[in-house]
Amino acid sequence: MSASALAGLTPVALAVRGVHRSFGHVRALRGVDFELGVGDALAVFGPNGAGKTTLLRVLAGLLRPTRGEVLLEGAPLVRADAAHRRRVGLIAHYSMLYDGLTAAENLAFYARLYGLRDRAVAVQRALEGVGLADRANDQVGTFSRGMVQRMAIARALIHEPRVVLLDEPFSGLDQRAAAALRDLLTRLRAERRTMVLVTHNIDEGLELATHAAIQVAGRFAAFGPVDGDLAAYRARYAEATAVRA
Amino acid sequence: MLETLRLALAIAAKDVRLEFRSRTAFVSALVFTALVLAIFNFARDPTAVSASDLAPGILWITFTFAAMLGLNRAFGLERENRALDGLLLSPASRTALYLGKVLANLVFVGSVEAIALPLFALFFNVPILPVLLPLVLVIALATVGFVAVGTLMSSMAVNTRLAELMLPVLLLPFLVPPVTSAVQITARLFAGRPFSEALGWLRLLVGYDVIFVVACILFFESTIEE
Repeated sequence: MSASALAGLTPVALAVRGVHRSFGHVRALRGVDFELGVGDALAVFGPNGAGKTTLLRVLAGLLRPTRGEVLLEGAPLVRADAAHRRRVGLIAHYSMLYDGLTAAENLAFYARLYGLRDRAVAVQRALEGVGLADRANDQVGTFSRGMVQRMAIARALIHEPRVVLLDEPFSGLDQRAAAALRDLLTRLRAERRTMVLVTHNIDEGLELATHAAIQVAGRFAAFGPVDGDLAAYRARYAEATAVRA
Repeated sequence: MLETLRLALAIAAKDVRLEFRSRTAFVSALVFTALVLAIFNFARDPTAVSASDLAPGILWITFTFAAMLGLNRAFGLERENRALDGLLLSPASRTALYLGKVLANLVFVGSVEAIALPLFALFFNVPILPVLLPLVLVIALATVGFVAVGTLMSSMAVNTRLAELMLPVLLLPFLVPPVTSAVQITARLFAGRPFSEALGWLRLLVGYDVIFVVACILFFESTIEE
């Protein structure tokens, strides 16, 4: 459980209780439990196939848990509830963008879906936020991998979600773009957005997170606040993943 | 309800913009239409079967298969970069998504039909002008029916390995009632029979549209959820 939430200092933003998810005989999640307070950032580490992406898709409402529940700001996550979907933004390793539309058209389309009032301003702000304002009228199909990833970030944040879910957001980014993304995530933390970040990069994850978890074979092998001891965490990660390998 | 329609229009506008920017499926459907009409025209023996006997069936076979090219693309667009996840994450209801896809498909199929109809009249020398209004009514009703069902089937087929092959297999059995009704009404129109003779078929067509549009809206959510 989140230390801050436990102490009652901050309200619980995200509570995951006994979440299981199976695909046929494959059990991708086997009882995940945690709570995050408003403004907490959780980094989830784990080997390939640990169920990290499945966890994010469940939190986003794209997958229904086979068992257990997800509470968003105290209310159960109901996929038909538009208000819930307005609170969540997902940055995945695929862009969810249309190659045949321009950067501005893509964002304007999503701004319209989210019912934003001043769409032109929202689009301009989102493009400026990821440094692509000068490419607003270029088709996304002509963008490099890093630019597409930046556009995906702009798309996910255009409605200013209170809970941001990130699946390997640094993959495919060059150093400059990765630095810009780190700045953006730091800003999101300063704005007290709740974040769940799935990554293989322990250094990067611990730098950005308030909490960290090691997910192995569909469950959390470790979960707790980040204490800053990188070497100790690396050792715990190696131990957790080796024991269950 | 207004919000649903507003979002459906946004989704349809996005699809139409994407299609008419690339014109991939539209041009394919037009070329397909011209080829089918040309092949039927040259393959038939005019001394054995008259054009007016063959024409209604050929018209509706052409419309049906040309429409499938567009229906296949309806959710294929969303497979690219997994954009469907973006739609499902948004506050847009599944009904808005379905109606948006139906509207975009109606624009696509309607545009193909608007170009195919004069071509058909040219190839088969069928006087369509005297029966244009009732013919357009029949085309509109049949198109609404098969686009409604085709859009649902397209959402089911898109996640299968051979989506392009699966769509006709899933869809064609459901198209028997609207296509049969449309052929029967068109045949009576081309034969110069009074429109009242076709009222039974027209009722079937309207009934099919009402039942399947409602049923497809209800079933759509379960077809796109994982």
